[in-house]
Amino acid sequence: MKSAIEAKRITKTFGHGNMALDNVSLDVTSGEILVIMGPSGSGKSTLIRTFNGLESIDSGKLEILGIPLDSDKNQQQVSLIRRQVGMVFQQFNLFPHLSILENITLAPIQVQGCSAAEAETKAFELLIQMGIEDQARKHPNQLSGGQQQRAAIARALALNPKIMLFDEPTSALDPEKVKEVLDAIKSLANKGMTMVVVTHEIGFAREVSDRVVFMDEGKVIEISSPNTFFIDAKEERSRRFLNQVM
Amino acid sequence: MKLRIHSNKRLLIQLLVLLTIISFLGVVLNNLVINLIRTGMGISFNWLIHPTGFELSEHAIEYSPSDNYVKVLLIGWLNSLKVIIVSLVFATILGLIAGSARIGKNIFLSQVSSAYVAIVRQIPLLLQLFFWYFIGFLNLSESGFAPLGSIIELSNQGINLLGVKLSAEFSAVVLGLTIFTGASIAEIIRGGLKSVSKGQWEAFRSLGIQESIGLRVIIIPQALPAILPALTSQYLNLAKNSTLAIAVGYADLYAVSDTVITQTGRAIEGFTLLLLIFLSFNLIISIFMGMVNKLAIDKNIK
Repeated sequence: MKSAIEAKRITKTFGHGNMALDNVSLDVTSGEILVIMGPSGSGKSTLIRTFNGLESIDSGKLEILGIPLDSDKNQQQVSLIRRQVGMVFQQFNLFPHLSILENITLAPIQVQGCSAAEAETKAFELLIQMGIEDQARKHPNQLSGGQQQRAAIARALALNPKIMLFDEPTSALDPEKVKEVLDAIKSLANKGMTMVVVTHEIGFAREVSDRVVFMDEGKVIEISSPNTFFIDAKEERSRRFLNQVM
Repeated sequence: MKLRIHSNKRLLIQLLVLLTIISFLGVVLNNLVINLIRTGMGISFNWLIHPTGFELSEHAIEYSPSDNYVKVLLIGWLNSLKVIIVSLVFATILGLIAGSARIGKNIFLSQVSSAYVAIVRQIPLLLQLFFWYFIGFLNLSESGFAPLGSIIELSNQGINLLGVKLSAEFSAVVLGLTIFTGASIAEIIRGGLKSVSKGQWEAFRSLGIQESIGLRVIIIPQALPAILPALTSQYLNLAKNSTLAIAVGYADLYAVSDTVITQTGRAIEGFTLLLLIFLSFNLIISIFMGMVNKLAIDKNIK
């Protein structure tokens, strides 16, 4: 299998001296769905944010789709990767002053040089896929949280990414809106998209993921299949975490 | 019941304030009338159409000492307008660059900008104008030097920009106002950009959108509501500060009015005109910025 993400002993230390990533090694194969779990402050968000260069690494080897993203990376490598890696945030981060349609067409027009008409056609396809085509002309604050997050997913998909990164995509949502967003993510999973998902949603992880990564204090503690992880986790630390959240 | 007592008290205070203001104005007016009678001058604007008899070094339209006071005031007005508009444009550009540099990734640029703001805001504007005039321009040789070939030439005569000659006085005032106001605008821009959440930067970067485009399309439009009111007040300050031009001998409206008042002795009329014209400058700026503000907010709400 071809490797989509290859991380070898990557480290990241923040200013105040604590290690957010401590020798993390991880491979994500093309088409795989990887779920990252762990307590808050375990480094899972930092890890996923290194995959599109939002965080830089201090040492180690990191390759995304064969493009190196090491500590001495240059801006060209970063932008090359960002065109092929979509990201969805906990707080949606839609552009509040633009309509949903403008949110989605912005990158295709600015980055890929698409015409406005081309970009809009593609945007409507994505909005239909996400079930929110009626919201196209509205502004983000007129949408519910679940709709906003689905619009954010559509925006990330507009550049036809090869990898999608989800950083706690349902953590800021009302409980009754979680399902619609998870369903949207599942629909992508079924289409064979390579995905890395940081989430606390155990049901989702069990149903959709190929492997679960458990992190604590910047280290990868365990990488297991969801069946092993949720029923018979290998590591004592993982079992303690699962006892708390299940 | 309690509320009524409270509102009665408020009314009483307001009446007292009003009475104080009226008494004060009464005293001023009384003094004025007494002095007008004493000097026997009265109030008149007839002098406006008399020839001025003085030279002006800098005039945007034809002028000679045989022209009347209306024309010389008009020239003063044009000179002020010229300084205000040019400084306003350059100060905005400088402020945008320095303010963006403050929050940019380049540590060197960020520190240069931070030092610029710190130094310029500590020194009185009047001293800065003197500095640019006496040390910046008058110290240059007559032949001048041309750092960019034939594009721009600096000498003690001022600036020669592509054949357009700008006097040393004008150049010093514009330079001083631009650098002084630019520092305040830089702080406003920095504050405005910082008011936009980090998630917005991350969102456009994640989409592979370049910094310059993201700044222009995503960040600045969201920062404008925080920037515009403070920017307006800096523009108004700039217009008012332009009267310091008199210190380096630039013939702005205030400098011209000052000469006119000295020559005619018409202080009341001269100052009234001066106040009204400055009010008009600032009303124009306020109205213009009000329109920009409305446009920016409409676009955000749309």
